[in-house]
Amino acid sequence: MKLTREEIEQVAELAHIALGEDEIIELHNQFNDFIQFVETINDINTDDVEPTYYLLPLKNVWRPDQHHQPLAPDEVFHNTHEHDGGFFKVPRIL
Amino acid sequence: MVEYEAVIGLEVHVELRTKTKAFCSCPNEFGSEPNSNVCPICLAMPGTLPVLNKSLLEYGIRTGLALNCEIAHFCKFDRKNYFYPDLPKAYQLSQSDFPLCLHGYLDVETDLETRRIRINRVHMEEDAGKLVHGEGNADYSLVDLNRGGVPLLEIVTEPDIRTPEEARLYLENLKAIIQYLGVSDCKMEEGSLRCDANISLRPVGTDILNTKVEIKNMNSFRAVQRALEGEIERQHGLYETGESIIQQTRGWDDVTGTTSLMRTKEEAADYRYFPDPDLVPIHLTSELVESIRKGLPELPAARKERFMDDFGLPAYDAGVLTSSRELADYFEKCVSDYHDPKKVSNWVMVEFLRLLNTHNMEVRDAKLTPSHLVEMLQLMDQGTISGKIAKTVFEEMFATGKKAGIVVEEKGLLQISDESKLAEMVEAVLSAHPEVVEDYRKGKGKALGFLVGQVMKQTRGKANPQMVNKLLLERI
Amino acid sequence: MDIFDLTAHQLADMLKKRETTAIEITRSVLERIQKVDHDIRAYVTLTAEQAIESAKEVDDNCKEKISPLAGIPAGLKDNICTKEVRTTCCSRMLENFVPPYSATVVERLNQVGAVITGKLNMDEFAMGSSTEYSAFFPTHNPWDLDRVPGGSSGGPAAAVAAGEAIYAIGSDTGGSIRQPAAFCGIVGLKPTYGLVSRYGVVPFASSLDQVGSLTKDVRDCSMVMNVIAGQDSKDSTSAPVDIPDYTSFLTGEIKGKKIGVPRELLDGLDPKMADTFKKALKKLEELGAIVDECSFPHAEAAVPAYHIIAPAEASSNLARFDGVRYGHRAVPEQGKDYDLVEMYMKSRGEGFGPEVKRRVLLGTHFLSTGNYELYYLKALKVRTLIIEDYQRLFREYDVLVTLTTPDLPFKLGRKIDDPLALYHSDSYTIPVNIAGLPAISLPCGFVDGLPVGMQVIAPAFAEGDLLQVAYAFEQNTPYHKQRPPLKKETAKGSES
Repeated sequence: MKLTREEIEQVAELAHIALGEDEIIELHNQFNDFIQFVETINDINTDDVEPTYYLLPLKNVWRPDQHHQPLAPDEVFHNTHEHDGGFFKVPRIL
Repeated sequence: MVEYEAVIGLEVHVELRTKTKAFCSCPNEFGSEPNSNVCPICLAMPGTLPVLNKSLLEYGIRTGLALNCEIAHFCKFDRKNYFYPDLPKAYQLSQSDFPLCLHGYLDVETDLETRRIRINRVHMEEDAGKLVHGEGNADYSLVDLNRGGVPLLEIVTEPDIRTPEEARLYLENLKAIIQYLGVSDCKMEEGSLRCDANISLRPVGTDILNTKVEIKNMNSFRAVQRALEGEIERQHGLYETGESIIQQTRGWDDVTGTTSLMRTKEEAADYRYFPDPDLVPIHLTSELVESIRKGLPELPAARKERFMDDFGLPAYDAGVLTSSRELADYFEKCVSDYHDPKKVSNWVMVEFLRLLNTHNMEVRDAKLTPSHLVEMLQLMDQGTISGKIAKTVFEEMFATGKKAGIVVEEKGLLQISDESKLAEMVEAVLSAHPEVVEDYRKGKGKALGFLVGQVMKQTRGKANPQMVNKLLLERI
Repeated sequence: MDIFDLTAHQLADMLKKRETTAIEITRSVLERIQKVDHDIRAYVTLTAEQAIESAKEVDDNCKEKISPLAGIPAGLKDNICTKEVRTTCCSRMLENFVPPYSATVVERLNQVGAVITGKLNMDEFAMGSSTEYSAFFPTHNPWDLDRVPGGSSGGPAAAVAAGEAIYAIGSDTGGSIRQPAAFCGIVGLKPTYGLVSRYGVVPFASSLDQVGSLTKDVRDCSMVMNVIAGQDSKDSTSAPVDIPDYTSFLTGEIKGKKIGVPRELLDGLDPKMADTFKKALKKLEELGAIVDECSFPHAEAAVPAYHIIAPAEASSNLARFDGVRYGHRAVPEQGKDYDLVEMYMKSRGEGFGPEVKRRVLLGTHFLSTGNYELYYLKALKVRTLIIEDYQRLFREYDVLVTLTTPDLPFKLGRKIDDPLALYHSDSYTIPVNIAGLPAISLPCGFVDGLPVGMQVIAPAFAEGDLLQVAYAFEQNTPYHKQRPPLKKETAKGSES
């Protein structure tokens, strides 16, 4: 299934990644080659085959309901570009 | 003319009162300093991994059992992917195709009948953080992630609800059950219980499902009822004028009492669900489920039955008293020390609830304890105080938390039962109102009441009413 | 041999006999870095001061008694979080990110007194097989500076091969430890999925990623596994298995071991590579192993399945990089403003390099409405078939052997223009990740003066068998003793 340029742009919007014009052109070419390649998987018959959701036969892993020490404020915001009075700051949401 | 009925389904999110968050060990607390209950995991710092809180699973199973659900033998967590600043991982851990609980129901009693509302599913997920919008024209919003990762149950009904009133009743019942289970405090104003509604209309007698509208942002049970009433009217209007209903999400505004368009279906997000490879699946044995079932507390419906059977209460009283676990516990503590459940019921239902409502308090906040109430009832029985005075004593106890005896003493509210003292007052009243005495003799029964009232007025209500009655009758 | 050229077990013996000190070893490695890293460019962040401090602590407290890894300098791939030390994933997105926590694997190394010399270069977010997709600079192969060291753990492999670290820790999603180990002539182990904790290791694809070691020989590999393997309560997918002493499998004895060689992976091999591989198989037979060709019918399907599953998971794993709490945040142009979505899109558009964008977009596409069943679910079904292939094979064979990669290390810049060709270069290693199995790459010869790696694959949690076969081969061949001919005094500025 070939993707149009518009579809590439829609995917970029869904993934929240801004693309420059040259990037869109490049990706458009590569995308379709690549999708053609992965679609070779369709040559394989998977009727009656169950998908493998989990690699290991692990189940029921949980922890007791006991709390740990949360992060200190200077550690919370150490890597933060914009923060204000104990909050992370983002452009206004309408 | 076509008559329409509403087809309503509710989605309720309940924040669980576990000690810690769903997938990390940060405290699950309301009202802390912003971003003080956060760690690398709930801040979604790179490389961190979730580990399931066992209490979330247990609370989920308890709730499912109380709602008569089947508990799944297999369930898993999926990622629901979308970008928003209150969702640090940019995916919410939720359950998509294999939820924890399926196919339950909840019975609600309307004035006319018992309605069974089927529960489609109950699943586990995590809450998002909170956004605070800058004041005025500020060009920023602020993010607090204390709530991010707090465990939630999403409880989804089938479209079985037919009226806004049924929706409210369903919510009240659901809240009572969840509070009984002790898994959430269900405070809608703090957001620990949230409700979205789906509603469509159809001609009565058909079973078609028309285009539905989702309503969000309702902040009280009353708001849910009002919003649904408004939406029925809006959709009805559209059908009447032959317009079509567009699938959409509408937001409730409590101030204006109306809903407005938030988004249409075309704008709906693509959540790209897939199983979270960082968590492992859950396989539940019947032994585990049964052990949790055995630990379930008595639920509201059963307790109501028992109150009617054991205490001889009318259905109405039993219903009101068992509507909250705390209130029912309060009542039971009183009757364990007092012989007349109906009398207790009257005081709890009328005076106690009235004062709680007036002061916007919860049962647990009340200073007036069950033993205080019992002591007051005993003082009444002994004739130490009259029923009228008791009301004053009750209010004083409610306000101060003092014991009944002390209130009576401090306020000088002891009943006057001294016969000679009362006889003097009766004489005085009789001679001051000869015309009333005359009326009584002519057969006006009400006149006696006036005379009793005069004596009570002079004693500021403290006179023993039976004795005053007797003394008056002797002298007329 | 210089100290930096020795193995961890040789150094541990010397420490035990008091023939050297942790400080001396650490200084030797740090000096080596000083000397050669401007040519190799393996290090992204050097932690020389902390390394000296840790070494001092080992010497002062006789920590060498705790573990043979005490006092031995190691490097970490830069997607492994280190408390208070910058962890970048070699991305602009995390260029200045300093985590307030360490990965479990780092904590385990710290507990035994390991000396961490710094953070090593990699393809951005581990996406690539040449280390050319590092946002900072490419790393050079110590055997030929004009060639790539492989990837994505190119920094770790080059550092170990060049004596800039005695061993290193990397991660492997589709061959990211084994292929660079092969390209750099060292030993690389990708353990069974779930054997080593992933906590604190920035994920590429959660169901494929596994943390492992890059060492100079098989004994070092066993020693590192002794420290890093084991269940971790912070990683729900880590397995509750008993950890043996992996060095106990190093008997040198493989008589009667049944070794399968999937014939599907022999087609179209370069004749020199094929010849090297044949010689290696012959050596295994000489040592008493029974070597047989076998059939691995779904080998070919593993590559497209991988290239659906990995980007799909990556698209979700990398969604958290939004510039809100940490990481690159785009700033609006002077006098302009942006809204929330623009902030997200620009931050991610600027923060991610081309390969990461390509994979995140592909993954987003594969998971979106209507495509999930077509691609993702289909790939998970193919995954089942591949697992079944292996199960069938391991009923007959103790281990499987292949070349690690059909390629020799390629020239820098040669393949970067053709991402599809790069993807193919991982086709021998990818099926192993798809099935979550353990596999080791070890040197098995040279072609045109460049190292060639052989891959040994075992059933889940049978790392012992892997190490046994690998050790026997290694001890009867000379390749692991060879060091790249880096001049002692390389001229500055010779890099491309």
